[in-house]
Amino acid sequence: MRAPGAEAPASRRVPRTTPRTATRRPVRRWLTSYALLAPALVLFGLFVLYPLVQAVRISMTDSTGIGEARFTGLDNYARMVGDPVFWRAAGNTVLLALVSVPTSVATGFGLALLLRERLPARGLFRALFLAPYVLSGVVVAMAGRWIFDQEVGVVDRALTQLGLPAPDWQSSGAAAAVSVFVVLFWARTGLVVVLYLSALQGVDRDVLEAAELDGASRRQRVRYVTWPLLRPTTFFVVVLMVVEVFQTFDVVRVMTGGGPAGATEILVTYAYAQGFQARAEGYGSAIGVVVFSVVLLATVVAWWVQRDSEEVA
Amino acid sequence: MSAPVRERRGELTVRPRPGRVRRPVRWPRLVVVTALALVWVFPLYWMVVTALSARADLATGRVGLVPTSVDLGGFRRALVDLPVLQWVVNSAAIAVVAVVLTVVVDVLAGYVLAKHRFPGRTVVFFCIVATLMVPVQTLLVPQFDLVNDLGWINSYWAVIVPRSAEAFGVFLARQYFLSLPDELLEAAQLDGAGQLRTLWSVVLPLARPLVAVLVVMTFTWRWNEFAWPLVALRAPELYTLPVGLSFLQSQYTTDYPALMAGALVSALPVLVLFALAQRQFVAGLARSGLR
Repeated sequence: MRAPGAEAPASRRVPRTTPRTATRRPVRRWLTSYALLAPALVLFGLFVLYPLVQAVRISMTDSTGIGEARFTGLDNYARMVGDPVFWRAAGNTVLLALVSVPTSVATGFGLALLLRERLPARGLFRALFLAPYVLSGVVVAMAGRWIFDQEVGVVDRALTQLGLPAPDWQSSGAAAAVSVFVVLFWARTGLVVVLYLSALQGVDRDVLEAAELDGASRRQRVRYVTWPLLRPTTFFVVVLMVVEVFQTFDVVRVMTGGGPAGATEILVTYAYAQGFQARAEGYGSAIGVVVFSVVLLATVVAWWVQRDSEEVA
Repeated sequence: MSAPVRERRGELTVRPRPGRVRRPVRWPRLVVVTALALVWVFPLYWMVVTALSARADLATGRVGLVPTSVDLGGFRRALVDLPVLQWVVNSAAIAVVAVVLTVVVDVLAGYVLAKHRFPGRTVVFFCIVATLMVPVQTLLVPQFDLVNDLGWINSYWAVIVPRSAEAFGVFLARQYFLSLPDELLEAAQLDGAGQLRTLWSVVLPLARPLVAVLVVMTFTWRWNEFAWPLVALRAPELYTLPVGLSFLQSQYTTDYPALMAGALVSALPVLVLFALAQRQFVAGLARSGLR
């Protein structure tokens, strides 16, 4: 694995100038470099960095998208504190992360272990598990909505035939939340499987063999050798999944629309509803800024911990 | 995370790996994996069955796990009565133009950031990689205002141009070019090739695997994208397929054969691409875990 910064020292060791380029004027070479970078600089500057600054600015106004907006300072953030729907959306988002990240990591790790060793059609299995991940969130949500339809859906039909109660997936809040979780689990676990599979290739077989010779059982080898060796991967997977959960928009928006009665509302769907449906651009932006802060914080903390653990190793 | 481990053991290639060859297929393992795989494929299978069923049969619960008859009404309603085909064309046009634009930007920026030495390089790279952390939803409102000011609302440029700033692609390209030996580029320059010439005739031919990954990933992202086109495109005839499908889902809630037919039309291209280019997908995804 290569961390973005890891190469920098290595590439600096290369002589700064080759004999040929030393005779050229450096400013001209720099201009060429910037000319080739220009498309990226313009696009990232205009369409990512500038809007990011704007998001913070709009979040401090009462903008509705129409007419002049008034500067209102931190009013939108204060409104958030007293907004029960915001807290419900925030709670749902955290709950989704707490439930779905460990389940996906555990299942993905288990499946990767199962798929690692001699197994017919290994590649096919891996492809099958990954397939839902390449589908659009809209398609995933439509399939989920249909499978969990409370009138004629296949899940309720199966439950009824087994003599079990058939939940009202659309009108009961708890049931709706469960259905969203199951659908996201189906769509995303394949990524975890693939990440663990590629990490497992880097696990030293000699270490596992040594453990086996020392009498470690299969379970002990996984528990005391493989799992600790894959700690950096697990760490990355967890960060990635947390960041994804906080940005889960498509599936929730299309499958439940945040309903019934806000039971499946999460932060990003609420930000969209405020910014584009309630025409409260300022308030919607403020929620977006909060989501960004959480993602930023998660990534920075992750990067920090990761860096420390690499220095120790 | 694997590289250091491998480097530390120099005898890697010398020693045989005992125990790998003789291990037989483990049947319990195969049964568990197969059962899970069936569960995983079932939603896709059920989409196909639904799309090929008659609406009345579904409503009365007469469709079994194995369908006994095929009804193309769902596909007919989706493709003929509803504008799904138009949305397919829109999505394809947007995805293709976006792929070209994005890949050019990614390759140029990735190459320069990996191999050129100039003041500000680290700052530029840091600023671009930092945008990986910005959620799309945070930018929806200001990007909408910006695109509105540019007069692009309800035009494909609104969807294509802002999304061509794809930090992950730049990151991937830079990582790839870092592994190109400097000697190669120096040799080209000693032969009298200028910077642009070196890029065109030495670097680009070597970048084919990278371009393949970038094309596959970018196409999939643009084809599947939902939140931004939902905001930027207001006229139904301009919708992309995911936006159009979500609109149908809200309008024709109970016509599941037509909805599933539309969803399959959206899923099929990426599934085919995935089947053909699995290696590229996995390469891109495995790297995405490293952001």
